[in-house]
Amino acid sequence: MSTNKNSARAARKPQTRLGVDIGGTFTDVALEIGTTPYTAKTLTTHGAPERGVLTGMAEVVAKAGIKPQDVDIIIYGTTLATNMLIERRGAKTALVTTEGFRDSIEMRNENRFEQYDVNIDLPEPLVPRHLRFPIPERLTAQGRVLLPLREDAVEALIPQLEKEGIESIAVGFIHSYAHPIHEQQARDILARRLPKISITLSSDVSPEMREFERFSTACANAYVQPLMSRHLTALGHDLKAAGFDCPLFLMLSGGGITTLDTAIRFPVRLVESGPAGGAIFASHVAHQCGAKNVVSYDMGGTTAKICMIDAFQPQTSRTFEVARVYRFMKGSGLPLRIPVIEMVEIGAGGGSLAHIDSLGRIAVGPESAGSEPGPACYGRGGTKPAVTDADVILGKIDPNNFAGGRMTLDRDSAGKALIAEVGKPLGLELPHAALGVSEMVDENMANAARVHAIESGKDIEVRTLIAFGGAAPIHVSRLAEKLAIPRVIIPTGAGVGSAIGFLRAPVAYEVIRSHHQRLSKFNGRTATALIAEMRAEAKKVVEPGAAGAKLVEKRIAFMRYVGQGHEVAVNLPTDKFGADAAKALRKAFEKSYSELYDRTIPHLDVEVLTWALLL
Amino acid sequence: MAKKIDALAQIHMQVMWNRLISVVEEQAQTLVRTAFSTSVREAGDLSAGVFDEKGRMLAQAVTGTPGHINSMAEAVPHFIAKFPLHTMKPGDHFITNDPWQASGHLHDFTVVSPTFHKGKVVALFANTIHVVDIGGRGFGPDGRQVFEEGINIPIMHLFKEGKANETLMEMIRTNVREPMQVEGDLFAAAACNDTGSKRLVDMMTEFELKDLNKLGGFIIESSRKATIEKIKKLKPGIYKNTMVTDGYDAPVTIVAALTVTKDEIHVDYEGTSGASPYGINVVFNYTKAYTCFGVKCIVAPDIPNNYGSLLPITFSAPLGSILNVERPWAVAARHIIGHCLPDTVFGCLHQVVPEGAQAEGSASLWNVQLRGGPSVSGGVAYKGNIPEFEMLQFNSGGTGARPTKDGLNSTAFPSGVRGMPVEANEAITPVVFWKKELRPDSGGAGTQRGGLGQVIEIGGIDGIPFDVLAMFERCDNPAHGRAGGGTAMSGRVSLKSGKQMRGKGRQSIPPEDRLVLELPGGGGFGNAMKREPKRVAKDVKNGYISREAAKRDYGVALRDDLSIDDEGTKSLRTQRAAE
Repeated sequence: MSTNKNSARAARKPQTRLGVDIGGTFTDVALEIGTTPYTAKTLTTHGAPERGVLTGMAEVVAKAGIKPQDVDIIIYGTTLATNMLIERRGAKTALVTTEGFRDSIEMRNENRFEQYDVNIDLPEPLVPRHLRFPIPERLTAQGRVLLPLREDAVEALIPQLEKEGIESIAVGFIHSYAHPIHEQQARDILARRLPKISITLSSDVSPEMREFERFSTACANAYVQPLMSRHLTALGHDLKAAGFDCPLFLMLSGGGITTLDTAIRFPVRLVESGPAGGAIFASHVAHQCGAKNVVSYDMGGTTAKICMIDAFQPQTSRTFEVARVYRFMKGSGLPLRIPVIEMVEIGAGGGSLAHIDSLGRIAVGPESAGSEPGPACYGRGGTKPAVTDADVILGKIDPNNFAGGRMTLDRDSAGKALIAEVGKPLGLELPHAALGVSEMVDENMANAARVHAIESGKDIEVRTLIAFGGAAPIHVSRLAEKLAIPRVIIPTGAGVGSAIGFLRAPVAYEVIRSHHQRLSKFNGRTATALIAEMRAEAKKVVEPGAAGAKLVEKRIAFMRYVGQGHEVAVNLPTDKFGADAAKALRKAFEKSYSELYDRTIPHLDVEVLTWALLL
Repeated sequence: MAKKIDALAQIHMQVMWNRLISVVEEQAQTLVRTAFSTSVREAGDLSAGVFDEKGRMLAQAVTGTPGHINSMAEAVPHFIAKFPLHTMKPGDHFITNDPWQASGHLHDFTVVSPTFHKGKVVALFANTIHVVDIGGRGFGPDGRQVFEEGINIPIMHLFKEGKANETLMEMIRTNVREPMQVEGDLFAAAACNDTGSKRLVDMMTEFELKDLNKLGGFIIESSRKATIEKIKKLKPGIYKNTMVTDGYDAPVTIVAALTVTKDEIHVDYEGTSGASPYGINVVFNYTKAYTCFGVKCIVAPDIPNNYGSLLPITFSAPLGSILNVERPWAVAARHIIGHCLPDTVFGCLHQVVPEGAQAEGSASLWNVQLRGGPSVSGGVAYKGNIPEFEMLQFNSGGTGARPTKDGLNSTAFPSGVRGMPVEANEAITPVVFWKKELRPDSGGAGTQRGGLGQVIEIGGIDGIPFDVLAMFERCDNPAHGRAGGGTAMSGRVSLKSGKQMRGKGRQSIPPEDRLVLELPGGGGFGNAMKREPKRVAKDVKNGYISREAAKRDYGVALRDDLSIDDEGTKSLRTQRAAE
């Protein structure tokens, strides 16, 4: 990681940084000259998002009284890739895969994400079956060639791909994470014959074991690539034309920022950039307040997102699910194996609707009133009570001063909806009905936070709660009470938190490799070579943006006891693995493991599966 | 004022109930994250729950296996009977894998641990896990008595006041094929109960509770009432259904009579085949679990599992039938028959719920248990080393078509376990999966098509020989459709070189040959001639069905570019209707 503070350009005058976050409804812009902030909010222009961006940027630049040329760096994040995946508006994509595995992305994990609902639908794969093309080839798990790639079979695909009007191709072969040779051979043939088509290799975008997740990630990357590439290129041109001639960086889902070129190669890594910005924002607030252990809590209209932040670094993960089709439920989306900031998202927002379930209990969410018709108190015809309605009745929201006074809320409609759907069935008076709804949504969030903490092996009571997003400040105190958290921070600028977060994000890139080693037979030389190779790759990406700043490196090994299925992330103190490396690694692993689960297991061997290097 | 307190108390009760469900989810999560066996950590073959002082289940985590629904609930009272609460000490954990006291085969361990609050036991946490090996013949149907199926641990201490029972651990380590994994799993089982206890005590402190009696009473009574409300919506009567499955060496007939009264559902299995001489027999706990799951899916899917919600659903099966065997009948592969029970129950419920119930599916998981090594393939001519290995992989065929939707392709039902990635399996076992993809035309035709099965082809790496402990269902008896829907393709087990193999029992795959598994599909729902032609055309385009099947089963004529020939379709369908 590098900090731009030290860059040559910044040494001359206070640096001017500009962050842009395109959301579903609003495009947020945040500008900082030194430490002086300026912000703007404009509507997202869906047809050509560049336009909304430029409008917002012009506004904020005017507010600050500077010229576009004065901006030193622009950091940009967008939900466009996410929306493309949710709304299925991406490119017509083909998957070229190992013969015998044409259906990996459709068969998924062969299970149902909801046990008792016999009517669930599984998410449709991004690439339909007739566009998945099997090719004879096969490697072993160690990367040995069992069956050489049939190059003529790849050649034979060309007319079919042309006939189908394919715009993008994902190549995913079994065990390609162990050896990318066949995927690269296939790419060379395809690229030569179809020079205009973008090609994603699974061994490039996600070189990790587990075919379904890797192929799914490759397909998602291929699916969003043509449109994202067009959009990002257009944005670059438009910015230059408008006088913004500074470098443009893209916010990544893992919390770092990267160059335009890398973003165009791996657009799938942009998927969670907005929420990542929020987490970075919270981390920065934590730093300012000296809060070492934090849980960030972002509650908007539809969902709440919760993230653990330790030592001012948000928790990260290598898996993520986008476009969940069923109550935000795990397993109902498309898995992406990319570096992401780890957070739990649940259907609890201001618009979440309350009803009585079949056991006579108050249930809240995940169905949401959205912005149309919105909660009953919006007076736009909504008759179902939402969390915001309960907040109005409880006096937590001033109906005459909502959204900065831009909107007046209708208290009577809120009351009517609550009485009809909650009060009457349970025999509760209005204030109690409202209290019940509020209690239940707070309880749901508290439970989600607690389960998330245990999944991450972290204590929650010792943390500071940082709340941002529209609905968070009014629910945060009760949430803190439920979690026995003594300290709450509601930062200023919470409305454009993500965009501010972008300004704080380091230029960073994470490289991940699957490389299996047992500590009992540890080969230090290969591990050392691997880390060096990963560093070289990360350097290529980071250096152009670092402007000569000192690079900070973080190395992680994902380790487990032999036989376990879930790895623990272990920070590696060194990049050179000598004779006593195995012993040191075991010690580091046991420390992390006992932090998580309170005990170690004496007789078992330990193995490393995956290595990550963050620069 | 009194009313105000009541209202607040009611809201508190609801909040605490919610919390209790979250606590058991945390308990289950801890188990998944620390377990060793693939069956637990990858597949989710486990359950976790909390019980009151009387041994009544108050909440259960939703996990991969309905087979533990009632079976874990039935197990806990056995523990209390042997070790009464007042004899329990902090740091105690108890264990058994007795098939009759817990969940039906020796591979499942149940661990029960007391929660202490203010010096006394206020609750018990329990979990059940499927470990990778338990000795004996291993996970397969070939045993003739339970004694052949592995080591049987009666209820005893796993930990006594925080100290592991080293004698027991040594016995287990010595008797199983994967001692490290099994021992690691048992540690994980104890640890997750501790997590549950800790959270429960936090909750009781927060809400100033001395015991769980009042909360437990509220949960049980609300759930019981809610379940009865659901039952009241059904028309009283007796609804019967019969289903035939392959069995080991002779077909097994399952006969169910489901009686709906005004506040109860009773399922009786009178008339079902007698016990099998092989290990496919089911203990009554497990029969209850899968029957209950079938009933709940249709009647009360949204009511959480606990003592109260299970009360209004009762069961009976004749002693000595395959669904209610006594010791020492063999039971290791009891899932084969157990997984067929929801389909059987659906056949009854189809007659009483207006929208109907989904068609029969592939039902039983196709668990591929492979074993290799010099001692396994001793007499076989093979040049080179044969490494010692044991592999278990879960695979699923198609589910039955739903009244308004197609069945799911290659998806587990009623079991909820996850499959394992081929890459993960190949990384730890010397086999190569040459194929694992959908099996065209295997789903039954219907207005809603049955889910497709899959084809799996496995060879030893570098052609090494190995054995399969086959336990594959629906090879002779395919899934039938409902409401006029078509029958699915049955399953098939063979060698790549051509020879057909048996669906059940240990068999060998010779050097350089491969095991080929063709998994069955699910049955169709409704008349296939009423399926919209454009959905049929889409199925052909994607290769879910062949052009021949489109014509033969659906009466849809397609041109060479797969566009629909309306005239041809009309005449095909008219012709079919006349037949």
